[in-house]
Amino acid sequence: MNRENNLPQNEGGEGTVVIANTPVQKKQTAGEWLEKVAQKWKNHPGSAAAALLVWLAGFLTLAVMVFLVGFIVIRGVRYITPDLFALEYNSENVSLMPAMINTVIMTALSLVIAIPLGVFAAIFLVEYANKGSKVVTVIRLTAETLSGIPSIIYGLFGMLFFSTALRWGYSLLAGSLTLVIMILPLIMRTAEEALLAVPDSYREASFGLGAGKLRTIFRIVLPTAVPGILSGVVLATGRIVGETAALLYTAGSVAQVPHNLFGSGRTLAVHMYVLSSEGLHMNEAYATAVVLLVVVLALNGLSDLLARKLLKGRG
Amino acid sequence: MANKLSERVMHIIFLVAACTSVLAVALICIFLFANGLPAMGEIGIFNFLFGQTWRPSNDLYGIFPFILGSIYVTAGAIIIGVPVALLTAIFMVHYCPKRLYPFFKATVNLMAGVPSVVYGFFGLVVFVPWLRELTGNGTTMFTASLLLGIMILPTVTGVAESAIRSVPDSYYEGALALGATHERSVFFTVFPAAKSGVMAGVVLGIGRAIGETMAVIMVAGNQTWMPQGVFEGLRTMTANIVIEMGYAANLHREALIATGVVLFVFILIINLCISALKRRSAYE
Repeated sequence: MNRENNLPQNEGGEGTVVIANTPVQKKQTAGEWLEKVAQKWKNHPGSAAAALLVWLAGFLTLAVMVFLVGFIVIRGVRYITPDLFALEYNSENVSLMPAMINTVIMTALSLVIAIPLGVFAAIFLVEYANKGSKVVTVIRLTAETLSGIPSIIYGLFGMLFFSTALRWGYSLLAGSLTLVIMILPLIMRTAEEALLAVPDSYREASFGLGAGKLRTIFRIVLPTAVPGILSGVVLATGRIVGETAALLYTAGSVAQVPHNLFGSGRTLAVHMYVLSSEGLHMNEAYATAVVLLVVVLALNGLSDLLARKLLKGRG
Repeated sequence: MANKLSERVMHIIFLVAACTSVLAVALICIFLFANGLPAMGEIGIFNFLFGQTWRPSNDLYGIFPFILGSIYVTAGAIIIGVPVALLTAIFMVHYCPKRLYPFFKATVNLMAGVPSVVYGFFGLVVFVPWLRELTGNGTTMFTASLLLGIMILPTVTGVAESAIRSVPDSYYEGALALGATHERSVFFTVFPAAKSGVMAGVVLGIGRAIGETMAVIMVAGNQTWMPQGVFEGLRTMTANIVIEMGYAANLHREALIATGVVLFVFILIINLCISALKRRSAYE
């Protein structure tokens, strides 16, 4: 996700150029616009064809997303029944409530561990480390590697390390810790961006007033960076809620809320995978998909909103 | 001074937190390789990587069909997804009306956030029945490629967009001043200038596609045979791990972990390519 794309300063230079070429200009009538398009086809057929392709691609992307969300929501909404939210799961009601509760528990647990780790790591990278030092290079390299590893590899690792080597079996704890490693690079990167966005004058003013480095970080820099950090956290929450492959063999797929963190339990996404691969409860799978989709899209939207708030604060 | 001490302690805590990612990568490498390599040795590296039969009940563990499966499905996803993604990126930077831009941007961001199991479900209830009607076979390589093409679209678009956006305006204006049309300027001066960044996006898409698991399992058919064609089912490495891990034991289980190792090596190579491309685009 590239936040800088939304930067207001981009709008000046390019924006004006773009406007000149877009058909939705205020003063133009539809007739004039059509004439212009026809002229273009006549004089530069290649260019006109390219423009057509670009417009088609843009709207194809939009159409795919609208179709996907629309299809699932429209087909699924009618299957959302009170039964689906019963506290206990059985094959009669196919309730998603236990899975929902498990998801909340695992999200909370993962975030409680991953946020301090990620934010502290970002603080180290931004406030303490020398930019070119070996340590920083290695940390960046590994963080980048982590963010490219697919979730199934995390799942395998979690199974081998947490479930087998540490003998935790299929448990919420093993699943959560696997997720911590998975979302760590995301939280680190967004926190780093947020910290970098805090103007140096803030730090200098704080130092000038006699505050130490630690006080400056916790009282001045971190509070200013909160929206950016939060946007990363919310994005990470979305990743956790939607994750399946990393959890199948770490947290397992028991359809109940376990008594403690060492018990196995499925999250909403795992629940949905099990339902649709069994193929016995497609209606409930539809309904679960709607719930999952709405939750994840809301989280992503919220993250975007927070990121934009950070940018506004900076501008 | 107590203050000084706390500064010191926190400095070390920050450093330790920063080293978590190093520790995590080290642990992942150690545990994957330690559990996967012995099985590869036992089966025979050649038999494992290039064996064409996967039949655990007869102790035959050849994952060549799955390696090919992963490569084919990924190639299909690239062929389907990348052109649309790049054109969309160009659209967002140089065509999209300013008022519509936030709308498109949000759409692409949300697309990246849709969980893979939801994509898989979508493929299962939309693409699979379509394909079954058209070709008589619903769960095919084509279905998986089509779905993956959609899934990598936001990734590739996002990276390509920022690469195209970072090309200085003077490139575009210079071409325009020489009499080129808007399209010619964009496609022949701006886009080539963003080449490295765009490539990084494409490679990132390849990484996403090859590592995708749940969505592929739901639509690819998962037969253990050698890939038979575009409209036949196949199984990828990722699918192999998830499908059989539930009941595998002993050598079978280790062979699955070794499949993960092969996948991991693929991913590491792809990561290296990305960082090389990124460095190159930074120089430009």
